[in-house]
Amino acid sequence: MVQSLDRSQGRLGGVTAGATATPATFTGNRGLQLEEPLIFEMGQPGRCGVDLPEPPKAKDRLNGLRRAGEIGLPGLSEPQVVQHYTRLSQKNYAIDMGVYPLGSCTMKHNPRLNEKVARLAGIGDLHPLQPVSTVQGALELIDRLAHWLKTLTGMPAVAMSPAAGAHGEMCGMMAIAAALAAKGERAKRKIVLAPESAHGTNPATAAALGFTVKPIPANDRGRVDLSALKAALGPDVAAIMLTNPNTCGLFENEIIEISKAVHEAGAYFYCDGANFNAIVGRVRPGDLGVDCMHINLHKTFSTPHGGGGPGAGPVVLSAALAPYAPYPWVVKDGDTWRIAEEGASVGSAAPLGRLKAFHGQMGMFTRALAYIMSHGADGLKQAAEDAVLSANYVMASLKDVMSPAFHGPCMHEALFDDSFLKDTGVSTLDFAKAMIDEGYHPMTMYFPLVVHGALLIEPTESQAKEDLDLFIGALRSLADRAKSGKDVEAFKAAPQFAPRRRLDETLAARKPVLRWRPSNNPPEGDPLKQAAE
Amino acid sequence: MRYLPLTDADRRDMLAVIGARSVDELFEDVPASARLLGKVAGLPDHQGELEVERTFQTFAAKNVSPATAPFFIGAGAYRHHVPATVDHMIQRGEFLTSYTPYQPEITQGTLQYLFEFQTQVTLLTGMEVANASMYDGSTATSEAVLMANRITRRHKAVISGGLHPHYRRVIETAARWEGFSTAACQGDADGLEDLIARVDKESSCVVVQNPSFFGHVRDFTRLAAACHAVGALLIVVVTEVVALGLIKPPGEMGADIVVCEGQSIGNGLGFGGPYVGLFATREKYMRQMPGRLVGETVDAGGKRGFVLTLSTREQHIRREKATSNICTNAGLCALAFTVHLTLLGEAGFRRLAELNHAKASELADRVSSVPGIELVNDSFFNEFTVRLPGPAAPVVEALADRRILAGVPVSRLIPDDPAMENLLLLAATETATEHGVAPLVAGLKEVL
Repeated sequence: MVQSLDRSQGRLGGVTAGATATPATFTGNRGLQLEEPLIFEMGQPGRCGVDLPEPPKAKDRLNGLRRAGEIGLPGLSEPQVVQHYTRLSQKNYAIDMGVYPLGSCTMKHNPRLNEKVARLAGIGDLHPLQPVSTVQGALELIDRLAHWLKTLTGMPAVAMSPAAGAHGEMCGMMAIAAALAAKGERAKRKIVLAPESAHGTNPATAAALGFTVKPIPANDRGRVDLSALKAALGPDVAAIMLTNPNTCGLFENEIIEISKAVHEAGAYFYCDGANFNAIVGRVRPGDLGVDCMHINLHKTFSTPHGGGGPGAGPVVLSAALAPYAPYPWVVKDGDTWRIAEEGASVGSAAPLGRLKAFHGQMGMFTRALAYIMSHGADGLKQAAEDAVLSANYVMASLKDVMSPAFHGPCMHEALFDDSFLKDTGVSTLDFAKAMIDEGYHPMTMYFPLVVHGALLIEPTESQAKEDLDLFIGALRSLADRAKSGKDVEAFKAAPQFAPRRRLDETLAARKPVLRWRPSNNPPEGDPLKQAAE
Repeated sequence: MRYLPLTDADRRDMLAVIGARSVDELFEDVPASARLLGKVAGLPDHQGELEVERTFQTFAAKNVSPATAPFFIGAGAYRHHVPATVDHMIQRGEFLTSYTPYQPEITQGTLQYLFEFQTQVTLLTGMEVANASMYDGSTATSEAVLMANRITRRHKAVISGGLHPHYRRVIETAARWEGFSTAACQGDADGLEDLIARVDKESSCVVVQNPSFFGHVRDFTRLAAACHAVGALLIVVVTEVVALGLIKPPGEMGADIVVCEGQSIGNGLGFGGPYVGLFATREKYMRQMPGRLVGETVDAGGKRGFVLTLSTREQHIRREKATSNICTNAGLCALAFTVHLTLLGEAGFRRLAELNHAKASELADRVSSVPGIELVNDSFFNEFTVRLPGPAAPVVEALADRRILAGVPVSRLIPDDPAMENLLLLAATETATEHGVAPLVAGLKEVL
């Protein structure tokens, strides 16, 4: 079932060369850019990357349901596995390699100390259902992080179990639904207001809970239009979901008026805390009238993004919403820690339920706490200020060649529209792809939706000024080239120097191939399919 | 501060370019009443690596590491040996510190391993397509029910009493707030429940677990047929994915959606997370799946490459019409899964499963020979239920005092049910040794 390559004849020897690009090398490799097959094209029966003992003779108790036939997993030795995944890793851009200015994603430095402490014996290897007497230190650790999160946000309670930011949104909005239900208003208040610039998760979360999402327009300064908001508020509104600083990288300067108006209308204020990293130590969301806010530990507190997770999304809650926090939570009785779970005594509380098995993303808690303790109250504040300073520096250094979307200082990210590319023939996408050839990961493109052809740059606090200057120089050069009108083809063809050129996403969606099968060989033109002739 | 590269001179120069006198000017949009003067009160200042590490060692010292005690705990999370290569690979910065692969030209590493992961998941489960992972098994199960509701346009999920109680509560929480109903069976300790009688034309799906929470291995082929006869879907949950090396895969039983907790392969226990949810289904339901999908395509030069695809299902495109609000997957945990499973391969994965089953079978014989202890299961993989002569929770506590981590009392997860009070779940993986089994058996004899 597993097919192999005849390497003596080049990759997939014997297959006819395609009509398109012919590699200049026998292997298809170009220097350190190595072409790599799938594991399913590399395996050999009889190879194995682990040595396990012969199972002892014991009674078979499988109820006659023994698996028949091959599973189809390839067999590789350990060195092959190491080489394969090392080669794959080298096809990735990463924060460890340089500026990763992906707006709204907060690609800051991931300290390795955090990885080390997360793996300590007695932390990384604990079972979630060990007797509580054997995990007292783990519960204390969770409570220590909870204390920091509550103090930094000025909120009285925190739900630790949500597994990611969007999961935290679900938790917060369920808490709001629970509070409304307790007041007998769940059926009456069906509308959730969200700015047009909101993250897609906000409307998706609200809709999943049966709310109708009503967009609130922005004013010409990129903030919520307060009068439009006031007009939309009424006895049918459950909540507003608002990111602050918002997705345009701007602080909602009328936030106090907004929260006041929301509360006066009997609704709740859900704050999307994705951008909390801009204000940690300088502003406490509790002072802004927030009822609940999720904290992306992988953004503000630097737990690694890992190629798309795992994340963690604890939710801080106001006194009004705290009673509805989901199971489980950590309680201290005298000198002993315990876990409040279903069935355990929880007083008069009416928890909204359970969002996840076990107790939350402990591995992320450990890393976030190590990051927080390393920075301390002083360093967290400095980090927020440096992030804001760096974003404003980038904006100020580019404003004459690119087009800032709004006037005035930004917070942690600088937003541009595509008017500087008008009539050049170069699109935001082309511009972003050209950055790849300059050795950078592109900024966030086409988000937020309220700005035409948006380019959202978040440098974070982790870059040295020299590196920001080189980055700025590269963008200035690209902007000049785009405007010169001479290089349009080069922009359209970018990237040229990456492991792959632009990929055909339409083909991928029209004829989805979501798994390897023995029949789906590499396409014509792929170096893996080129015969050495 | 070691993580902050800007010097005071840099900051002054940058402010000059910006045209601001101080960083405070950049925060001028913050309402005066909400501006913090000085630092947040009551929190310590920054610390060096040594000091931070010491704090964590102090936390660790207050716990009992499973490596230092006889260990038989499972119930949805399993202690397996993870090869050193796995942790090395996932700590490579190019994987660890990369974002979601939205720029495929420079994230082929992530995209290719996710494509390999998706393929591995289809092979293990016997299904046609799989996504690029979910938060964990429990949230994946809840998403599977929501998907079944969308496909059938029905709003009632039938839940087996063999489903992990936390998973059941996660579904019930979604049901309560997202507006559907559940019909959950009592804890099925004996593995004899008849679900065929419970599925009807109102049901969107039946959710079963194999092996069940209590360890029973069952064939759901007839149940699948009964579901399909009334237009409902069969969702099979696997919380111990190593079992799929030895038992008939859910796909061969007629399952429509299979979700697994993938922690056992490549991922440590980590006190409950982060783990990795596996999610697989039939090709015809592909566009109703939640979460990210990686697909194969070609680049402008005709070379094979991989991209995130079918994203019109997802929140960042569809917003309130998305199939799910999920944004992230469990990328790095999926990598750990893929690297470990690649090391194992066909031969290693099967042998690992055999080893687990043999160790558990031996443990069952040894434990059930203790007077007063009765083995509940006729069938199991690497975990089974025993009935003690009295409540299980104090027995587990008494053994913990002797530094023996002796399984999970069922009453911890199903409180307030007298039928569960004396039941104890015991698991044995390839990590079990005679040095652990002997003290467990001796300890049980002592405390009973």
